[in-house]
Amino acid sequence: MVQALFPNGVVQYALGGILVGLGVAVIYLATGIIAGASTFLESTWSYVSDQSRFNRASYLATRDWRIVFTLGIVLGAAVYAFGVGDGAWTTDVQWWRLLGGGFLVGVGTRVGKGCTSGHGVCGVGSVSNTSLVNVATFLAVAIGTAQLVQALGVSP
Amino acid sequence: MAHAEARHPLFIPVVLVGGLIFGFGLALSGMTKPEVVLNFLQFEDFGLLFVMGGGALVTGLTMALATKFLTDAPLTGKPYGRRLKSFDRNVLVGGVIFGAGWGISGICPGAAYASLGIGNVPVLWALGGMFLGAYAQGYWRSKRADDATSVATAD
Repeated sequence: MVQALFPNGVVQYALGGILVGLGVAVIYLATGIIAGASTFLESTWSYVSDQSRFNRASYLATRDWRIVFTLGIVLGAAVYAFGVGDGAWTTDVQWWRLLGGGFLVGVGTRVGKGCTSGHGVCGVGSVSNTSLVNVATFLAVAIGTAQLVQALGVSP
Repeated sequence: MAHAEARHPLFIPVVLVGGLIFGFGLALSGMTKPEVVLNFLQFEDFGLLFVMGGGALVTGLTMALATKFLTDAPLTGKPYGRRLKSFDRNVLVGGVIFGAGWGISGICPGAAYASLGIGNVPVLWALGGMFLGAYAQGYWRSKRADDATSVATAD
């Protein structure tokens, strides 16, 4: 039963999740800021766009450290892959799925006020009803969509 | 809100260290690989529940203890709080659109940044898509807000 549900065990998943939480906790304890990953996708546009949405005071005041946070995420993953893990890895998921799916992720996370880290980790950790509803929604739709993609014979 | 010039010298280093731990954890968990996420969404491996669960547990405990026993953060003077966003229709609409995108691509924002770090160059397609999507919704919302303002001032 456990083998069927967790064919790759749970250790790396749980440890990875705990570290994700610790990364958030370090920033939170030092600064009081609850950092999510997807605001970066909007706040960074303020450097090149004068659309009012991207130039809100809350984005202008945080856009620089959000770039640092994102660079940290890229570097931290590189440290794992090239220091501890198996080195470089490349996906087999088709480019049009990455581009089209990515576009929807960009729209949906920003309209919905957060993503897997903002709502999923920080919001659920805060026992926020808004986040719990958002997570239940995106999880249900993602499961349905991924199963549909599979049923249509698109692989991986 | 702290201005750049008034920031504590350790502010940026702390954000960097937090990001490093966050990205290391994402890579260790496998969420940087769309295939792993798709395996979860297609019910072949439920391990990903432990990523979100482990993260939420640590974050939740930290926030619960900090709001109970501490007053404000040493580097900013900001009071400790929880992440409580207001609920409206957008939370649902956004969740549906995000879910569809996640189900198609197997990648979410934080995992996409980390995926670049593990050398997954094709994830640039997803990152490009995310930036375009964020721009599209921002453009549309800016237009709507500007129109609302000009109507208001015309009166």
